[in-house]
Amino acid sequence: MWPNKFDYVRAGSVDEALASAAGGGKFLAGGHSLLPAMKLRLDSPEQLIDIGRIPELQGISANGGLTIGAGTTHDAIASSADVQAMCSALASACGQVGDQGVRNFGTLGGNIAHADPASDPPTVLVACGATINIQGADGKRSVGAEDFFIDLFETALDDGELITSVSLPNCSDCQCAYVKFPHPASRYAIVGVAVCLKMDGDTCAQADVAVGGATVKAVKCADAEAALAGTTLDEAALNAAAEAVKADIAEDLIGDIAYPESYRQQMAGVFLKRAIAAAQG
Amino acid sequence: MSTRIFGSGIKRREDPRLITGEARYTDDIKLPGVLHMAVVRSPYAHANIVSIDSSAAEAMDGVVAVYTGDDLEGLAGLPTAWLIPDSDLKTPEHPALAKGKARYVGDGVAIVLAGDRYQAQDAADAVVVEYEELPAVIDPEEAAQEGAPLIHDDVEGNIAFKWAPFDKEASDAVFEAADVVVSERILQQRLLPTAMEPRSAMAQYNPATAELTLWCTSQNPHIHRFIISAVTGLNENKVRVIAPEVGGGFGSKIPCYPDEALVSWAAMQLGVPVKWTETRSENYLITIHGRDHVQHVDMAASSDGKILGVRATVYAGMGGYLSTAAPGIPTILHGLLYVGPYTIDSVYCESIGVMTNGTPTDAYRGAGRPEATFLLERMIDNVAKKIGMDPAEVRRKNLIPAFEDGYDVAAGLTYDSGDYPVAFEKALGMAGYGEFRRQQKSAAAQGRYLGIGVTAYTEMCGLGPSQVAGAVGFQGGLWESATVRVTPTGKVQALIGASPHGQGSETTLAQIIADELGFAVDDIEVIHGDTTETPMGWGTYGSRTTPVTGAALAKASQKLKEKAKTLAAHLMEASEDDIEYADGSFSVKGSPDQTQSIQDVALMAHLAWNMPEGMDPGFEESQFYDPPNFVFPFGTHIAIVEVDSETGEIELQRYIAVDDCGPQINPEIVAGQIHGGVVQGIAQALCEGVIYDENGQLLTGTMMDYCMPKADMFPNFELGETVTPSPHHPVGVKGVGETGTIASTPTVYNAVLDALAPLGVEQIDMPLTSAKVWQAIQDANGGGS
Repeated sequence: MWPNKFDYVRAGSVDEALASAAGGGKFLAGGHSLLPAMKLRLDSPEQLIDIGRIPELQGISANGGLTIGAGTTHDAIASSADVQAMCSALASACGQVGDQGVRNFGTLGGNIAHADPASDPPTVLVACGATINIQGADGKRSVGAEDFFIDLFETALDDGELITSVSLPNCSDCQCAYVKFPHPASRYAIVGVAVCLKMDGDTCAQADVAVGGATVKAVKCADAEAALAGTTLDEAALNAAAEAVKADIAEDLIGDIAYPESYRQQMAGVFLKRAIAAAQG
Repeated sequence: MSTRIFGSGIKRREDPRLITGEARYTDDIKLPGVLHMAVVRSPYAHANIVSIDSSAAEAMDGVVAVYTGDDLEGLAGLPTAWLIPDSDLKTPEHPALAKGKARYVGDGVAIVLAGDRYQAQDAADAVVVEYEELPAVIDPEEAAQEGAPLIHDDVEGNIAFKWAPFDKEASDAVFEAADVVVSERILQQRLLPTAMEPRSAMAQYNPATAELTLWCTSQNPHIHRFIISAVTGLNENKVRVIAPEVGGGFGSKIPCYPDEALVSWAAMQLGVPVKWTETRSENYLITIHGRDHVQHVDMAASSDGKILGVRATVYAGMGGYLSTAAPGIPTILHGLLYVGPYTIDSVYCESIGVMTNGTPTDAYRGAGRPEATFLLERMIDNVAKKIGMDPAEVRRKNLIPAFEDGYDVAAGLTYDSGDYPVAFEKALGMAGYGEFRRQQKSAAAQGRYLGIGVTAYTEMCGLGPSQVAGAVGFQGGLWESATVRVTPTGKVQALIGASPHGQGSETTLAQIIADELGFAVDDIEVIHGDTTETPMGWGTYGSRTTPVTGAALAKASQKLKEKAKTLAAHLMEASEDDIEYADGSFSVKGSPDQTQSIQDVALMAHLAWNMPEGMDPGFEESQFYDPPNFVFPFGTHIAIVEVDSETGEIELQRYIAVDDCGPQINPEIVAGQIHGGVVQGIAQALCEGVIYDENGQLLTGTMMDYCMPKADMFPNFELGETVTPSPHHPVGVKGVGETGTIASTPTVYNAVLDALAPLGVEQIDMPLTSAKVWQAIQDANGGGS
């Protein structure tokens, strides 16, 4: 509970933040992942660059698709009518992060930069084909969510780069859902499943599926998607998809002593079915 | 008396300061010039300490001193204060800082004293300790086997004691002759007490007067004074221990820990105040853990469901050292409870206290009694299954019939009073037991798995007669004392030796006084927690403060009332026989206009202008109270659960608790105690459990991994009561602080196993996490998935 000594600067703009980052250190947004790690002395950055009050990182704009400022809190996303309309799975996932106190401070950008494998929003971002918009000393670039998350706590961000926003396609004509099986201690996901279904009548024209919590990163599940696409989502299709999703995540499984990999893998199948039911509900 | 505050669910008087954050805890107390202590702790569960280099730490900013175990001249090791007789007890030395060898992860190796908390922690990180890691052992049964790593050279085979007070031959004969014997290996997993306030200690020493003041998180400041006096060598009258506001304990603030001794010693060495407050991570690592039994249990029964005997061999993990009261928990507070509320004529318990490389264990809410109640209740369900009888019916058949004043049981105790069948039938009625069994069948036909668990329990609390304490090796008395002091203006200070820390005793005890003397509750302050201000007492634990301190206060109040009556008669020039009393007012029979209120009398007693012949001035009375027996609350709890067979998740749908703690002084506080206890007990069944890896590293070291219960896990509890007064208590009350924890764990466990019975699952080690339940279902189905 007693962090090592560190310097602190508050940035007023993205340019200021990037300039400060040239001297090393870490960006501080909501602080709800970074500060606990520092208090336990698991992380000891020499400098914190506070980006929590940069206006250009704030807010949600809906213009064909969604653009969410990296500094937007989970609570703001969960309660946004635009997000609920265009990607209800993301609103749901952000509404399940931590508790209300965490959601009032924690930000989407901070969450995905931290890349905790058991976190909720990344799973939806991968399923729904989000784009992560990044700015660094060398300029701006954008990375698809699937490529952004690389491994446990590892992303495509280079040193000194800052996430500025996250873009999502308008998914209002899809049926989408995020369903989570929370760890009873931490309430992080033992497994979290996001689905986004494009329906053509009774037939599923396209299915996007991602799994997190059980895996080192949010994983897009091509075999499960293939098992669902072109079906009426009947029981046989659901069972096939539940089996397929276990194969999709087999290479990326993680577990802990209480909830081992094998259990989480099985639960991914169960919760895929529950996510589809929720999306259709 | 026409109005009684006794029995009224008034709001807890301590709550405004607690819920507005205005309460003052140890860590809130600031002293000028205070140094902060950080402890360098062993990262290994078992390791020789080869060398300690503190030179870098000593050179750091703000660092005043660094001490190791070899520097602690004049500080004796921590004593063990429950010396179980006839158990071949070994009490290995417990130095305040490890010397030569560390015996669990978190064992203190050095201390750093520095100007602020950050400097202290930075310097502690800079102390270089070279260790030679040794093989570690955590499981108490393994630690007792030949070839296990030896933890203390003077504790052969790691066995600290063996307690087996019952007749083995007689027990064996019962089992040999029985129709039915069921057996199970039961794990009572380690639990973390997790008081809301972590431990803290601050010491100040005045070299001129040689007086030491220690503020600390204690459930028993008078015991802390005694131990701190013993380890520092200061006279007991030169040590003042103050337990300010204490934010819960659940037993974990009974022991005297190295940390309290270290701040005291360091303050004496340096002549400045020294403070230490543990982090939550330290709390999980070093503050005592509870339970940790491996039990091999058998129950004998007749084929028609009469329970004939129970026997168990218990390996109780003590951890790296024997904590203050540790040996008493798996012995006296455990084996003597093997009869429960049943007519069981044969009991046998062999309890083996085993040193391990875990954190020391000691009393945790219920302390020994939950472990006994669980094994009884689990085995009764096993008997029921084996003979094909409904488990409620087996219990009904074996309950001790109602008794009002004393019932001797085979385990050697004399229960005070009980009417178990009434509480039992009431709970079954509230649950709709018969109807549930029908619902369960129809749900099963739809592939849903519902289960019900029923626990009948009694327990011993209100510890206890001091003569018994002496007979069982407790190195103290178990009486309490109290002073009721009325000021000249008629306001009451009630000084007690016990030390409540969240139980609401400032309210409950005031209600007792108010009822006896007619003062308004708001005119009564209950003062506790300071060895200089308060009379001697042995502390708040074992559900004893209301029964024992409450009795002392009731009797002191009664003495005061007698004095008041005599003085009132004198003042009204009437015969004492003609004095009538109601609601705090004395009057003369036949002349209702002439009255003296209790406040009038108090004032006149202080003024002493007109006292009766031979009466001393003043208006206060003190009372020592040593109970003639324990009190034995009882009841029946019922849980209804549904198991999701796809995931192994358990939904607790209903929880019914019928408890009898005698007359309830404050039903709201009783309900609160039951709620909290039930939650802690259910958490043991469903989610809480310490996990160490094979090297003795604590894997559940934070709340991210150690599952504290959360409100949304629970339905609204359905509480019922019966009222059976204790015959030996001045106001008939029994303790209720631990009953919920004692009854609820087997209730929920048995409900889950009842739900899983159609799937062929017979046993799962606690806690019943979804992963374990799911795996058990797979295994019962023939393995794999």
